[in-house]
Amino acid sequence: MTTFNILVAVCACYVLFLFAVAFAADRMAMQGHKPWLRSPLIYTLSLSIYCTAWTFYGAVGSAARTGFEYLTIYLGPTLVMVSWWWLLRKLIRIGRTQRITSIADLISSRYGKSNLLAAGVTLLAVIGTTPYIALQLQSVTLSFSVFVPEASTAPDAQNGTLALYLSIGLAVFTVLFGTRNLDAKERHDGVVMAIAVEAVVKLVALMSVGIFVVWGISGGASEALARIDASEFGGWQIDRSRWTGLIFLSAAAFLCLPRTFQVLVVENSNEGHLRTASWAFPLYLGLMSLFVVPIAVAGLDLLPEDANPDLFVLTIPLHFGQDSLAMLSFLGGFSSATSMVIVAAIALSTMVSNHIVMPIWLRLSTRGASVSGDVRHAVLMARRVSIVAVVMLGYLYYRASSGGEALAAIGLVSFCGLAQVLPAMLGGIFWRGATRAGAFAGLTAGFATWLYTLYLPSFGAGSILPVSVIEFGPFGVDWLKPDALFGISGLDRLMHALLWSMTFNVAGFVAVSLLTFPSPLERLQAAQFVNIFDHSASTRSWTGGVGQAEDLMVMAQRILGAEEARALFSRHARLQGAKGDLPYPSPDFLEVLERELSSSVGAATAHAMVGQITGGMAVSVEDLMAVADETAQMLEYSARLKEKSEELSRTALELRNANQKLTRLSIQKDAFLSQISHELRTPMTSIRAFSEILRDTDGLQSADQSRYASIIHDEAQRLTRLLDDLLDLSVVENGQVNLNLREGMLGDVLDRAVASAAIGEDGARFRIDRVPEDETILLHTDLDRLAQVFINLISNARKYCDAPDPGLTIRVSRENSAVIIDFQDNGSGISPEAADMIFEKFARVSDQKAGGAGLGLAICRQVMARLGGSVDLVPGGEGATFRVVLPGPRAMAAQ
Amino acid sequence: MNKQVLLVEDEPNIIEAISFILSRDGWVVKTHSNGADAVSAVLDRKPDVLILDAMLPGKSGYDILRELRADPATRKLPVLMLTARGQVKDREIAERAGCDAFMSKPFSNADMLETVRSLASK
Repeated sequence: MTTFNILVAVCACYVLFLFAVAFAADRMAMQGHKPWLRSPLIYTLSLSIYCTAWTFYGAVGSAARTGFEYLTIYLGPTLVMVSWWWLLRKLIRIGRTQRITSIADLISSRYGKSNLLAAGVTLLAVIGTTPYIALQLQSVTLSFSVFVPEASTAPDAQNGTLALYLSIGLAVFTVLFGTRNLDAKERHDGVVMAIAVEAVVKLVALMSVGIFVVWGISGGASEALARIDASEFGGWQIDRSRWTGLIFLSAAAFLCLPRTFQVLVVENSNEGHLRTASWAFPLYLGLMSLFVVPIAVAGLDLLPEDANPDLFVLTIPLHFGQDSLAMLSFLGGFSSATSMVIVAAIALSTMVSNHIVMPIWLRLSTRGASVSGDVRHAVLMARRVSIVAVVMLGYLYYRASSGGEALAAIGLVSFCGLAQVLPAMLGGIFWRGATRAGAFAGLTAGFATWLYTLYLPSFGAGSILPVSVIEFGPFGVDWLKPDALFGISGLDRLMHALLWSMTFNVAGFVAVSLLTFPSPLERLQAAQFVNIFDHSASTRSWTGGVGQAEDLMVMAQRILGAEEARALFSRHARLQGAKGDLPYPSPDFLEVLERELSSSVGAATAHAMVGQITGGMAVSVEDLMAVADETAQMLEYSARLKEKSEELSRTALELRNANQKLTRLSIQKDAFLSQISHELRTPMTSIRAFSEILRDTDGLQSADQSRYASIIHDEAQRLTRLLDDLLDLSVVENGQVNLNLREGMLGDVLDRAVASAAIGEDGARFRIDRVPEDETILLHTDLDRLAQVFINLISNARKYCDAPDPGLTIRVSRENSAVIIDFQDNGSGISPEAADMIFEKFARVSDQKAGGAGLGLAICRQVMARLGGSVDLVPGGEGATFRVVLPGPRAMAAQ
Repeated sequence: MNKQVLLVEDEPNIIEAISFILSRDGWVVKTHSNGADAVSAVLDRKPDVLILDAMLPGKSGYDILRELRADPATRKLPVLMLTARGQVKDREIAERAGCDAFMSKPFSNADMLETVRSLASK
């Protein structure tokens, strides 16, 4: 007789064995023996995580109660593996390229990295999975009670303690092997290997019992079939709608359960494994289900009426005294339970720590995430705490639940809850129009419906939902009854909940997606997800042609550099055994090349470039978009840099110009001061010298006396003129001019100016060409000041015009109401450098001919500004042209 | 024989004043009013003292002085520089160019006479 203690010892040994397997696998992985660890076989076996204790024990129980219905649970995943492999491939490709860590991460990534959505899916997963973990604990304690009949099946103190120790053991295992490293891809070689071993134990255990039942008890296959025919299975009918619903449900669950997603997508190391798994996993499921009916029929026939069908797998061998077979079967069930709890805990803890704990920690952490080691430590701690919390939550649920529930029921409730993720997931990877708001609406609607119609009622009427609500609807509203929404009754509770939750979910998802617009990040992610095969590298994408190697070489040289490209190409040529330095563009080589290029130019660009040359595909709009995405940032960055440097050099140039101008002005100012000094001292010298002569010389002739006196007088006048000019400038500059506004003809003002300025000191008359009829314009302005400006311009022209026959043309014209007077000489004009300076004070074009002090044009400009007009040098043209503009309001037509 | 002074200056009234002052003292005063050919005028006339204005049309007094000092024939010729730019740096430039005396305008007639006399007796 197997005692409680022996069982505990067996369990302990088995768990230690798993520790050893996981440890060895991790060691091997670290030493680089990855090919064996990551073989298609291991991948397929790890998928068996789908088969939990529920499947191990519950399938027989389900068959005993509802006939062949248990098959639906196997048919769903089989259909997915066989006919939806392309969907799985897409999921796996997305998982790899987007570095997806969990199903919550997948949903959140697709919908613009929304953490709210991730937290929502995580919550859903925790709520949906916790009963399932409790279920595993319950199945283990139940199986204990079979061996030790004195223990009751209820979760009393002894079973409770057992479940607690089991939970602690599983939590420790998961923490040890699930959080050893913080790989971005979240692969756990040790755990996966342990799960694969457990998959074998499960299968061997169940098949052993089956073989014993068929050949040991019934006496052969034909006798077993006859026994089945004799039972009620023979005339059993398929309920089509329930079958369809259940197959759909299990297919959805296979895709959406956190633990299957973990092994299917996250732990996947090679897309190619899917090809093996697509036939091997259905085969595994087939083998698992092969003996379910014979065992169930034998149990119903041979065991006492009150025997629990969920435990036939154990009780039949025990009934026939096969203690060791029963022990094997017990280990099979134990394996199923432990592997489920371990993987579920890893998957859930990843979600909880990534999407709930870390965001909160990062927000609360006062130091922020500045130290990377700090974050790493925090993530690992969060992961560990989450694992313990998830397992303990399962334990608490187990203690709190009544324990009398049939195993299969809890499983289906769980499936239905997690299936709510399906619309958002499928929509996300096939429909670019799906939006975050849509996903959120669908999930919320489906989840709420599931809670109300299935999850809460599953605790039993009166436990959470009051009996009145379940029987008469909330507030007595009949059509809101959890079991018969909108008055639709006749369906069983599960099908009813599935129908409504999926309807609300899909409707909400589609409707809100259509009504809302995705953010740019969401649109980008949508394109990445939906067109994943266009964006990511795949071995099968390329088929290289002969003669393209050279083109590839040219491109690679351009990107990688000549030396590196040649080394890469000749290395692969040698590996291929090709002659010369150019390898044949095989898919393998193209993949390597693309990887090399992508580290320089980004994955999308590299893919598009290789594709362009090998002709493996035409570059699509999506590719261009992806390339643009990659380069846009770089471009923007470099554009900003360029802008900055242009701005800097512009500023530098301006500063240099300003500095040059200042230097020129300062030099000219010095020169001007010297000039002023010279201009003042020269007449003063004469005055002083002659006044001393007059004072000191005796007997000076009176003719000489008067001559010297008149020299003194002239020089004094000259001094006065100079001082007047200086004062004039400072007055006009300070804006202290009192304008003497009068009316007068423009022609008269010009006449005055010409008369006073056209005749030089040498007496030569300066030729001036005018059109008097244009000059009959009545002005209202300060005529003296205007004349001063004209005089200045005319005498400048006379002084500086370098033509052999110097002349000046004065032309008057009207533009709108303004009067324009142009003074154009026939000299060589003014150089552009000088043109910048001439209106500055103290500026003179040339030192040699400088008769004045360089104040004339400066004064003119100030005067014209005071008169409301302007004086400017007209650029270009022949000779120097100065343009005086008088504003309209002050100028009136004479006739 | 009376000593000869060459006055290179472009301002007519100043030429007249200096000529008057020096003539009254017994000097033979020659004048020249252009900078461009002032050096050859000095070489032609071989004056005992040269009075040189700094600002002349054609060539500056400083340049003329430098050329004279480079020629052995006029290396020791006593030169009085006159300038109307009364700045310190003008005196420095003049002394560096090699003048024997420097006066800024306006000057006192007595000083002018004194300076020319002392230059001639060197």
